[in-house]
Amino acid sequence: VLHATRQLHTTQQSLAPLPPLPEKGGEVRHGLIPEEFFQFLYPKTGVTGPYMLGTGLVLYLLSKEIYVVNHETVAAACILSVIIYAVKRFGADVAAFADKLNEEKIAQALAVKNEAINSLQTAIDEEKKEQWRVEGRTYLFDAKRNNVAMLLEANYRERLMMVYHEVKKRLDYQVAMQTLKRQKEQDHMIQWVEKNVVQSITPQQQKESIAKCILDLKALSKGAHAAV
Amino acid sequence: LPAAVLLKDMKLMDVKLGQLPSWLAMRDFTPGGIAGAFRRGYDRYYNKYIDVRKGGLGGLSMVLAGYVVLSYIWSYSHI
Repeated sequence: VLHATRQLHTTQQSLAPLPPLPEKGGEVRHGLIPEEFFQFLYPKTGVTGPYMLGTGLVLYLLSKEIYVVNHETVAAACILSVIIYAVKRFGADVAAFADKLNEEKIAQALAVKNEAINSLQTAIDEEKKEQWRVEGRTYLFDAKRNNVAMLLEANYRERLMMVYHEVKKRLDYQVAMQTLKRQKEQDHMIQWVEKNVVQSITPQQQKESIAKCILDLKALSKGAHAAV
Repeated sequence: LPAAVLLKDMKLMDVKLGQLPSWLAMRDFTPGGIAGAFRRGYDRYYNKYIDVRKGGLGGLSMVLAGYVVLSYIWSYSHI
């Protein structure tokens, strides 16, 4: 349940980015009195006003014994003089050293920030390149589709060849069977005819044919002798 | 000319002298209010004199001087 009477986020204020630190702190004069006091008294009393006020105050405190002068006064005077001498002599060096420390811290933080920004930038570039690569994926799929089609085609043609060979084998077998059968019939018939002819040749016919052959040979040899 | 801002919200420097008692009466004197006042005063001093890039000696020395004065006031009766 949202309470409608309460205001939420009426201003633009947010925690980041932080405004940068101010360069110098509030002005302090003589290390003890803020500058605003002098500015406050300037319109009415001019430049020397606060100093007169200070002098009068010190004299009043001393004369009325509100500030008692005793041994502690001497100790305070010595301590204060030593402190002021130390500040005047070493103040600048200490300030420079502290500034250097600060600079190092700031530089480190800046380096971390820059590195983070750079790494994020490279991540962005990588992402863009990946997106560009995705566009090429259509070509990849086209190539794969072509491959698959080619495989199918090759397989189909292989099977066609196989069918052709098988059919041819069966037909060749039939043809071989027929030729074999015819050859066997021929051989058988020739053999049968020869056997019958040989059977029909009687011994008498055999003697007559041999005598005729001898006579023919003699005639031929006579002819050959004469030729030579 | 009547004040455009409520008496409660005015800063101390803008309050006229005659309005001072009523202004004081309107301040928050609960423990939480007093703690808040201390916190605000500390934050103002800290942000003005200490939380800067090039702080000086004045930020610390004013606190020490105030401590010296306060301890003198507390031990005045012993002198």
